Amino acid sequence: MAQMTMIQAITDALRVELRNDPNVLVFGEDVGVNGGVFRATEGLQAEFGEERVFDTPLAESGIGGLAIGLGLQGYRPVMEIQFFGFVYEVMDAVAGQMARMRYRSGGTYTSPVTIRSPFGGGVHTPEMHADSLEGLVAQQPGLKVVIPSTPYDAKGLLISAIRDNDPVVYLEHMKLYRSFRQEVPEEEYTIPLGVADVKREGTDLSIITYGAMVHESLKAAEELEKEGHSVEVIDLRTIMPFDIDTIIASIEKTGRAMVVQEAQKQAGIAAQIVAEINDRAILNLEAPVLRVAAPDTVYPFSQAETVWLPNYKDVIETAKKVLTF
Amino acid sequence: MASKTKNTMADSVKQLEQIQDGFETLQILNEEGEVVNKAAMPDLADEQLQELMKRMVYTRILDQRSISLNRQGRLGFYAPTAGQEASQLASQFALEKEDFILPGYRDVPQMIWHGLPLYQAFLFSRGHFHGNQIPEGVNVISPQIIIGAQYIQAAGVALGMKKRGAQSVAITYTGDGGASQGDFYEGINFAGAYKAPAIFIVQNNRFAISTPVEKQSAAKTIAQKAVAAGIPGVQVDGMDPLAVYVAVREARERAVNGEGPTLIETLTYRYGPHTMAGDDPTRYRTADLDNEWEKKDPLVRFRKFLESKGIWNEEMENEVIEKAKDDIKDAIKKADEQPKQKVTDLMSNMYEEMPNHLQEQYEIYTEKESK
Repeated sequence: MAQMTMIQAITDALRVELRNDPNVLVFGEDVGVNGGVFRATEGLQAEFGEERVFDTPLAESGIGGLAIGLGLQGYRPVMEIQFFGFVYEVMDAVAGQMARMRYRSGGTYTSPVTIRSPFGGGVHTPEMHADSLEGLVAQQPGLKVVIPSTPYDAKGLLISAIRDNDPVVYLEHMKLYRSFRQEVPEEEYTIPLGVADVKREGTDLSIITYGAMVHESLKAAEELEKEGHSVEVIDLRTIMPFDIDTIIASIEKTGRAMVVQEAQKQAGIAAQIVAEINDRAILNLEAPVLRVAAPDTVYPFSQAETVWLPNYKDVIETAKKVLTF
Repeated sequence: MASKTKNTMADSVKQLEQIQDGFETLQILNEEGEVVNKAAMPDLADEQLQELMKRMVYTRILDQRSISLNRQGRLGFYAPTAGQEASQLASQFALEKEDFILPGYRDVPQMIWHGLPLYQAFLFSRGHFHGNQIPEGVNVISPQIIIGAQYIQAAGVALGMKKRGAQSVAITYTGDGGASQGDFYEGINFAGAYKAPAIFIVQNNRFAISTPVEKQSAAKTIAQKAVAAGIPGVQVDGMDPLAVYVAVREARERAVNGEGPTLIETLTYRYGPHTMAGDDPTRYRTADLDNEWEKKDPLVRFRKFLESKGIWNEEMENEVIEKAKDDIKDAIKKADEQPKQKVTDLMSNMYEEMPNHLQEQYEIYTEKESK
């Protein structure tokens, strides 16, 4: 076991898979000799060579096309979009093409592509770097969308994503890259996609969340504990397909639920989760399922992040509404 | 680099003119079927020349029958190909089996001659997934509807071949309108940067639906767009099967020798509408223009050329026509016999392993389908 940050766990997962499978290729803007703008691919080109880990021209759409074509030739591409705000440039390759490859070819071809991309607020990035756009890709049949919140999850989920024979969007929250260390096994291990993790057990309220909001929710749960409320925090880890069984099992125990996301209220995936809960567990609910989300504006100018981004205080406030309904 | 002192603007204009004038049209056969460029003649045996003519005649019949089957409602989406036989089939004729084709929506004939069964091409037209289930060993992917997407994907396929050390190429096709897309430029630029074995063909039939090529770009040729990627660009007479064949064959040789991609512009024309979905070319094309291009018909000039060599006659041509009609009849019958698609089929083709939400829906539809 080693103490790793999330970014180190990601690099470790990439190293494991580059070693395991000669078809794994890692590429994107500045991922080679530079080791990535966040050092996620640090040392990989030196270890595996330019044939395996390489830079591309500055064109996201072209990178997506490259991944699809390499996939058609039997490779297992792990492409990077430098910041997920740039996904608009490559939306066709991701949603219009690789997501549909297996279906449109009746199973003849696949796109075993992993798309790694940083996102998320709280670090004062310039425009279009921090936007939470996971809701867009979660709406595309054919994709899976993974968002880890811990170093341990990041490694196991990334290995699973790379080994998956269908396209996986793997989103890395920038604020979580180096915010804390955790014990991470040095050997390979996998975490199944589509399976949530109960990060804290509780009996009064279920908080369903993902990404940086997992930590805000855990912090809120601690505060609420002091006031005598036992809160369960479910980290979805995969937001599409999401683990409805774990969510429902939790609600059957607690009778109350809320969904916490960093994305704007009209975006993200909270609405989808609320709808599924209403479909499946309405008779277990003592209160409506409320949401914590950002205001429905464009992502804030960096100085406004603190007043705009949802945080543990918002979680506490909404939790009390649900608890006292 | 030499520094400029004065008349910078004038120099730039001159430079542009020099570049534009550098792209001459490669032609081997003129409209009369006469060889006008002996030096460029491809080394093709009589049997090969006959085979190419057979494919072109067959495909012209396929176009005529497809239009009529579409009108009867027995085919769905169809983009007419008449006029583009040299551009489509002579380019495919220059390929090897291991080469991978990424076609646009008008490029079904290349797929068929690369090994896609005709009845599956008809199922593609109708909208049935089996039409896209490409047989093992046939290196094509189903026609791309998003104009330009096939170009960036071709760069990836070609890079994959290069990494494997394969002696093969990726070839892809778009139209004159397609050359305005960002993916067109990114595709050729990526392939250039990686020196990947790709052949990019632009079939310039002068119209993108109703928009003439002059409204796509101020560039005098599309071939010169290769300059932006730093790769060779060639403009050929796309109504001349021998010129198309030579250009593709040479691009293929360069590619498999590790010298990178080539952009080939074929000057061609579609005699029919853009698609069979209600397009009416008389709204945007003059009869004079149609007549002018009908004189350039690739079948007419190639027929004359082969007849002058004494290796083609009416009887041979009629044999091909009858064969085509028989094959088409059989293929439509086989397409008719294909089982109807069920929602559960569509669900099964989404992922290798069905996620829970889809599994739930699968069970609901299995129940519905059992009633």
